[in-house]
Amino acid sequence: MATIDSKIPEGPVAEKWTNYKAHQRLVNPKNKLKLDVIVVGTGLAGASAAASLGEMGFNVLNFCIQDSPRRAHSIAAQGGINAAKNYQNDGDSVYRLFYDTVKGGDYRAREANVYRLAEVSANIIDQCVAQGVPFAREYGGLLANRSFGGVQVSRTFYAKGQTGQQLLLGAYSALSRQVHEGKVKLFTRYEMQDVVMVDGRARGIIAKNLVTGKMERFSANAVVLATGGYGNTYFLSTNAMACNCSAAIAAYRKGAYFANPAFVQIHPTCIPVHGDKQSKLTLMSESLRNDGRIWVPKDIEDAKKLQAGTLQGKDIPEEKRDYYLERRYPAFGNLVPRDVASRAAKERCDKGFGVNNTGKAVFLDFSEAIQRLGKDVVAQRYGNLFDMYEEITNVNPYENPMMIYPAIHYTMGGLWVDYELQTNLKGLFAIGECNFSDHGANRLGASALMQGLADGYFVLPYTIQNYLADQSIWPAIKTDRPEFDEVEKSVNAKIDHLMGIHGKKSVDSIHKELGKVMWEYVGMGRTKEGLLTGLKKIEEIRNEFETDLFIPGSKDGLNVELDKAIRLNDFITMGKLIAYDALNREESCGGHFREEHQTEEGEAKRDDENFFYVACWEYQGDDKKEPVLSKEPLVYEAIKVQTRNYKN
Amino acid sequence: MDKNISFTLRIWRQNGPKEKGHFDEFQMKDIPGDTSFLEMLDILNEQLVEQGKEPVVFDHDCREGICGMCSLYINGHPHGPATGATTCQIYMRRFKDGDTITVEPWRSAAFPVIKDCMVDRGAFDKIMQAGGYISVRTGSAPDANNIPIPKQNADLAMDAASCIGCGCCVAACKNGSAMLFVSAKVSQLALLPQGRVEAARRAKAMVAKMDELGFGACTNTGACAAECPKSVSISNIARLNREFIKAKLKD
Repeated sequence: MATIDSKIPEGPVAEKWTNYKAHQRLVNPKNKLKLDVIVVGTGLAGASAAASLGEMGFNVLNFCIQDSPRRAHSIAAQGGINAAKNYQNDGDSVYRLFYDTVKGGDYRAREANVYRLAEVSANIIDQCVAQGVPFAREYGGLLANRSFGGVQVSRTFYAKGQTGQQLLLGAYSALSRQVHEGKVKLFTRYEMQDVVMVDGRARGIIAKNLVTGKMERFSANAVVLATGGYGNTYFLSTNAMACNCSAAIAAYRKGAYFANPAFVQIHPTCIPVHGDKQSKLTLMSESLRNDGRIWVPKDIEDAKKLQAGTLQGKDIPEEKRDYYLERRYPAFGNLVPRDVASRAAKERCDKGFGVNNTGKAVFLDFSEAIQRLGKDVVAQRYGNLFDMYEEITNVNPYENPMMIYPAIHYTMGGLWVDYELQTNLKGLFAIGECNFSDHGANRLGASALMQGLADGYFVLPYTIQNYLADQSIWPAIKTDRPEFDEVEKSVNAKIDHLMGIHGKKSVDSIHKELGKVMWEYVGMGRTKEGLLTGLKKIEEIRNEFETDLFIPGSKDGLNVELDKAIRLNDFITMGKLIAYDALNREESCGGHFREEHQTEEGEAKRDDENFFYVACWEYQGDDKKEPVLSKEPLVYEAIKVQTRNYKN
Repeated sequence: MDKNISFTLRIWRQNGPKEKGHFDEFQMKDIPGDTSFLEMLDILNEQLVEQGKEPVVFDHDCREGICGMCSLYINGHPHGPATGATTCQIYMRRFKDGDTITVEPWRSAAFPVIKDCMVDRGAFDKIMQAGGYISVRTGSAPDANNIPIPKQNADLAMDAASCIGCGCCVAACKNGSAMLFVSAKVSQLALLPQGRVEAARRAKAMVAKMDELGFGACTNTGACAAECPKSVSISNIARLNREFIKAKLKD
């Protein structure tokens, strides 16, 4: 097993980042002009990093798969962004945000990284307001806040139900300015295919021009991946259609550790699955849990009637409703963290209390809020979400309670990075959802936006300099080197192989099969037996993919099916990685629930003695071989590790 | 419960920007009413792939109405029949059994077709790059509550900022004007004290870029705002005109 150096700076947790900045190496302004950085991805992390690096003087090459940087899936985040501003005077502080995040992550995050995240959170709000992000305000003209799951203060800043959109547009503005200044070069409709390593360092990428179908080569002094998470491994998720894990898997195949892949977040408030033609699931913002109450009927007979469609939720009287979150978790009620809320919903539905025709839905009810606040206030707060719900389901949520069910939403696991956000491959950095470091086994609501922007605006632009200050990597390299030849050749060979299978099955049909296996065996409740079955079935799906895939058209020019096939190839590898990690982690923590490991009350039972570590998986040269596990032990200095308690 | 419907789908096919396009016609059978419009196209594409044919190309991504990627012109309306919704938010229950549904790409000189119903909206990025920002370096911002902003202005800025950059306004406009898009960004930033400093320069730069890129002139017909999936108000265009004239008068 390799030793893993997370490069955590000396000193007490509150001083580590200050110490780091005081002693890190910097690149002087003249030299910055000579250095190139590739940033793959234009979401919150990618756009903010590209813009900030450009402002500092570096030459940035920025890539995205959509037609514009503004389309990245950060745009869809609804609820808000956390920051330890304490504008509400409700006892918030950097320490409390740090503590809530570590606790919310079920004590599997890296302490030093999380503290830094909490520390820079306040700067993010300042930055965004200065960019013109129209956060919600009070009548006095100051910023408004709301509360999110897993915390007891109001520290979430928001812009209607479109916070992700506004933050991304802010970052996109900053990025656009750097494009105008000539410091960032944008490549839209390009997809990274592989990293190019030269003398043991990441020095470039091969990217596919999705319009021409041609491979193109790009070299730089460092490569930053900001390519998001791997939720689409499950086919149905709240991720956008093009979200994929191919860049991360490419890095993994080159030897980068993949950390904690089993930590997948299942969001409790999504619109339930219907039929088998669905392409994705729609999230209803967690902010709804501020005023909505979650319930199922107390009587199984009522549940049966709801499932048969002979009874409506609004007709069930108050005393026959089971507000199970308020019942089980009096202190946090409907605002328990996402993993807890999701499991509680599954528990009720598994027992037969589901409220729709599939039996896989619970109610999210606003009748009490409408009574208390009036319909207008509820409409003002959540109107756009209610409209969206009605368009999709044809049910008016002002009159009938919403139906929700958990769905795959976010992935806490990702490429392993050290304190500097560098992977174990020199010169290869990973930021935002693409890395693993800050959310442990469960992410709190409104923290993804915080982490993406923290990494991109305030962390990476510093830490990458410590790497770029190394003069041995300063000479620019040409892309006609044999290292580039070799990688491009292997990428083309893979594509020729896929095009040459000439089977019968479409990419989506195989991806759907993968999704079903993932959801059933590697989903919300996992068992050893199920995971072993899942691994076997994923391998069968790989065989099917390898022998029966059909891609129409040719590899020249735009070919959407080919691009999806390349991604699916990596999702299959990712699926196994999630299952291996879930199998190894013989405990329940956060989003990872092993049914063998639960308390008598059905809560997650951690095993700190044996699993207080980051699981780092290393590729063994072949997708069919089992990856090898290394462990980064977690060291907690500031926080006492406890059992999570949201009951009192 | 939603019913299943069957209908004729006429959809635009075009191999490249310089190629001649045509409509392909497909009979769609028993599509559930709770299928989204894009899921209906997924079904079509699955059928085409099964027959060994190339699927219809169209842009889409988030499928929840916020990324601005989807961009289909359905039965004469950009984003189809619903108001305040993007293509991906249209559900098949809005159509009737036996209907003929015609699907085209955005049509505008500034948005050339890439393939089938996918167009190049890179011009919007270029307009943004010309001035759609507040020049603030990372790390140089004052405390967020330093400058109180009247809630009314913040809310108006938010309404303008909800533009998703889909290009629907251009597709809806008989002149192919991008005024609603440009005015939304100019308004958002002009309404905020942080954005006032560069307001004049911004309005001029963005309008000049818009003209340069081949978008048409605005003749106040209002089709843009009527079709906008985010209901961005036409009053933003009035505000842009004010900002632009003020800026020009200063010159």
